[in-house]
Amino acid sequence: MSEDKTISPETPAPEPVSKAPETPAPAAPEPRPVPAAAPAPAAAAAAAPKPAVPAVPAAPPKPAGPKPTDASGKPLVAALAAAVPGSVLDAYEFVGETTVKVDPGKLVEACRHLKDAEGFTYLVDLTAVDWKERDPRFDVLLLLHSFSRGQERLRLKAAVGESCPSVTGVWLTANWMEREVFDMYGVRFDGHPDLRRILTWDGFQGHPLRKDFPVEGIDTGAAIYPERYPEGGGPGPKDPNRKVLS
Amino acid sequence: MSETTPGTAAQFPPLEGPPLLGLHEMELNFGPQHPSTHGVLRLVLKVDGERIVSARPDIGYLHRGTEKLFETETFPMVVPHTDRMDYVASATNNHAYVLVVEKLLGVEVPKRAQYIRVLLDEMQRISSHVLWLATAALDLGAITPFFYTFREREVILDLFEEYCGARLTLNCMRIGGLPVDLTPGWLEKVRAFTEPFEKNVDEYEELLTENRIWKQRTIGIGVLDEKRCIEWGMTGPVLRAAGKAWDIRRAIPYEVYPELEFDIPVGKNADTYDRYLVRVAELRQSRRIVLQCLDWLEKNPGTEIRGKVPRVIKPPAGEAYAAVEAPKGELGFHLVASGGNKPYRLHVRPPSFINLQALPEMAQGHLVGDLVAVIGTIDIVLGEVDR
Repeated sequence: MSEDKTISPETPAPEPVSKAPETPAPAAPEPRPVPAAAPAPAAAAAAAPKPAVPAVPAAPPKPAGPKPTDASGKPLVAALAAAVPGSVLDAYEFVGETTVKVDPGKLVEACRHLKDAEGFTYLVDLTAVDWKERDPRFDVLLLLHSFSRGQERLRLKAAVGESCPSVTGVWLTANWMEREVFDMYGVRFDGHPDLRRILTWDGFQGHPLRKDFPVEGIDTGAAIYPERYPEGGGPGPKDPNRKVLS
Repeated sequence: MSETTPGTAAQFPPLEGPPLLGLHEMELNFGPQHPSTHGVLRLVLKVDGERIVSARPDIGYLHRGTEKLFETETFPMVVPHTDRMDYVASATNNHAYVLVVEKLLGVEVPKRAQYIRVLLDEMQRISSHVLWLATAALDLGAITPFFYTFREREVILDLFEEYCGARLTLNCMRIGGLPVDLTPGWLEKVRAFTEPFEKNVDEYEELLTENRIWKQRTIGIGVLDEKRCIEWGMTGPVLRAAGKAWDIRRAIPYEVYPELEFDIPVGKNADTYDRYLVRVAELRQSRRIVLQCLDWLEKNPGTEIRGKVPRVIKPPAGEAYAAVEAPKGELGFHLVASGGNKPYRLHVRPPSFINLQALPEMAQGHLVGDLVAVIGTIDIVLGEVDR
């Protein structure tokens, strides 16, 4: 145990940071994909790590962190843009992963093309992110894998409001993933064969992973036993103890 | 808004409304307290006599809002939460999480720490697979393998306890490395366990592989061929038993796996028996990997267990995904960071959740007794399914 301390003096046990300040609300929700030539992102990236480590002397030689680079020239992305016109809104590469922003209206068509023509037969993951202040409030993220393309995976990102086209017709495995997103975020997937709640129970009120859902939960008793737990029995919307994230 | 949201009680009454059953059909509740469901899985079966017409999994009994909790904790504080998902293989959970944060931070992990991580992963795989073997055989009435496998599992858990103080919820990885160095003499103890482990696997196989009852209960049960497996997103031993030699450790290698020698066992009939054979073969392969890690660690003594990690962990804003080959399949973490010290969104891609989806297709047409074999063969852990 003592050896541990000698080798990493500047990395204490991670627990003491538990009282660290709240996560700042993100002003720009996504990394800005920029053309490679622009000098501005380098300055932004250099400024970013500054508040994190003011005391550590090893800060200056630290690499400036990964930043997204434009990936719309990649053959895969170009082929998708050509096959489904208007589907690709933007494309960037970040920490070795390619992300394509897709027009939600063309999502199913784009997925169909990627599965049939490019061999992305395996839908790894489908999830969503809540950007509370943004206008299309949610991002639906899909991660695709092709068994013929080695390690390369492709992430599709569609900015949607409370409804999104369903890709269950393309990959069967999207069924439960979309149900989970619906349950947790309230994004309705149009064309889903069986859009019911999956992790919470039928009749649960609210969508737990939305940023405005309180962390300690809601008065769930009201949903099951309305006569025993009248509405407002738990921490109501005006309760000061009700915590809301960021 | 919530009144009109589809999926609420008003629009979707529990289950399928008035049961539309055929003349000879009956609806049967299976679980959530049934011992063969390995936790709190509930299935609504439609049966014709003893034959399953359709099965519908109903999950969420163990939902704890883990992903919501992730968003309230700083990056290092998330690690113990990951233990509680697949609680019989917590080292791989920790591993997948720290990998995704390291990917975003760009942290270099010392080689020695990588070897220890792989060593822990593979021991965890052995302990998870022997637990699977014990319970899957027990479900089908074979109680003896349980005693044999728990003999070995106990040793592994004791070794974990000696390393990090916990037996199940290990919390044994940190962003950038490991929490503590190995205790003196630990590697010798691991070797003393691993060297004769091949013989123990032979003992399990002696009990089951050519056992007539075991073969009758498992051959041809729960078949899901390669194409359907991929369509359903199945990974891990279920996919490999269908003949697809795909393993994250080889396909998208992480840590020191490219330097290690091991084979990917595959089956060909895609049934419960082949999945058993694949898992038993994986026990032997994991033993090989553990021995290679031990050789390297004994040849390269040192104290390096953690890379250069900033005091406050604030990954740059952006998305990243990293996956490991957990005992059940591909376990991935999808991280969306906003530049703060807490994950803005951290989604888990749990293999059990995805694999369980194909259960209705695998169980259809079988007898209720065989359903127990099918549930066992997917190897689910409800803590991970429900999170």
